[in-house]
Amino acid sequence: MQTFSSNFLNWDVVQTYLPDLLAGMWVTISLAAIILFCGLLGGTGLALVRMARLRLLNAVIIVFVDVVRALPPLMLMVVAYFGLPYLGVRLTGFAVACIVLASVLAAFTEELLWAGLSTVSVGQYEAARSTGLTFLQMMGSVVLPQAFRLIQAPLASRIIATTKNTALASVVAVPELLSQANTAQGYSGNASPLTAASLGYLVILLPMVVAARRLERARGAI
Amino acid sequence: MLAPSAVTQMSGQAPAQVVLRLDGLHKSFGPLVVLRGIDLAVREGEMVFLIGPSGSGKSTLLRCCNRLEEPTSGAVLVEGRDILGPKVDLNQVRRRIGMVFQSFNLYPHMTARQNVTLALCKVARKSKAEADVIARRMLDHVGLSDRIDYYPRALSGGQQQRVAIARTLALEPRIVLFDEPTSALDPELVNGVLGVMRMLRDEGMTMVVVSHEMRFAREAADRIVFMADGEIVEQGTPDAIFGAPRHPRLRDFLSSLGTV
Repeated sequence: MQTFSSNFLNWDVVQTYLPDLLAGMWVTISLAAIILFCGLLGGTGLALVRMARLRLLNAVIIVFVDVVRALPPLMLMVVAYFGLPYLGVRLTGFAVACIVLASVLAAFTEELLWAGLSTVSVGQYEAARSTGLTFLQMMGSVVLPQAFRLIQAPLASRIIATTKNTALASVVAVPELLSQANTAQGYSGNASPLTAASLGYLVILLPMVVAARRLERARGAI
Repeated sequence: MLAPSAVTQMSGQAPAQVVLRLDGLHKSFGPLVVLRGIDLAVREGEMVFLIGPSGSGKSTLLRCCNRLEEPTSGAVLVEGRDILGPKVDLNQVRRRIGMVFQSFNLYPHMTARQNVTLALCKVARKSKAEADVIARRMLDHVGLSDRIDYYPRALSGGQQQRVAIARTLALEPRIVLFDEPTSALDPELVNGVLGVMRMLRDEGMTMVVVSHEMRFAREAADRIVFMADGEIVEQGTPDAIFGAPRHPRLRDFLSSLGTV
């Protein structure tokens, strides 16, 4: 017990590396914010483009979505980070993490939203069009709000999973929370920074988890 | 029975303006021909009922008038302008042609008021305050001033349909198309909706109605158009259509409905 607390709950060690851990937490939060924004927007955009039902374009979207969903994001990241420089494309680890994780989220969002869009009744589209709304006005005010409502529970878990996946960026040298904790653990020979980092993840993710549950409950009430 | 074009060409008292005119309208879905050359003119303030057996093309005809369906050939003129042309701003045209649906199609995530204000703000470009005033007036007009902030799911079918009518009227359409507006309603809720339609007729609104409410058609319509197999078979005043039907298809149809 004594050994456990000195190795995992050592406040002195944590205190020493606290600035690094906080910096890591900030990187994690920025990474997550950028990825969520781009991923959700990108997925929505893909679903809207898919609605135009242009055969070739849809095939491209479907292949992209399926491949990205099938591959482990860690592998995509490693390949992009270590492989692309050989093609003359040199991206920072941060950029790679953003692009890969945002693409994965976009793929899942597109797939969920596509299912949601097809459950919105044809009558909604017709009512909107018959009052003169443009396609984008109809989607923005009438159809997307209903589609998002339908998929909010699975989308919320996907958002949570994506936020946690920012930890994968530690593999491509992004100084985010897990990476900082690992480094601190290495220097100090003590695992307490990892404990502190898990608390950091809880601070970021617990509110999201609670919000997701609330959403699900609210949905059950409708 | 007068051909509508003849009515407008008659000299003497000034004929009412033709608001909607269909010329040789054809519509096919693949190999299935639904409309085979429809000519119809609807004059200002007229209430025209389209009746006929199911599959006769009534709803398709209505939906071609605001291009929810694209006609295969022919012309649709609204206030003299062909709305099938390439330079037509379809959304502005649709603003002038209201449509009321069988299944109401209210936006479930919006209150009655928001259902009415959406197109007012987005299409008619009214300010939020202006749209709000109009929404209140319209909902009051259809007898729902006490349901302004209700969501559709908290309203009866008849109330929902009246909100849908208010949503359409708010855009000040020149003509309103009703696609079986009472078919999805419980019998005791039908009269509220018909009452609103009667009120609109008395206010001079131009209306084309697809409906199976024959009693209402007989009492309220200015003209009844009987369709079968994608064609207009017979048309005339309610008294002529119900009292002295000439075409055998019309007689069969009316007798299949029982006495009206």
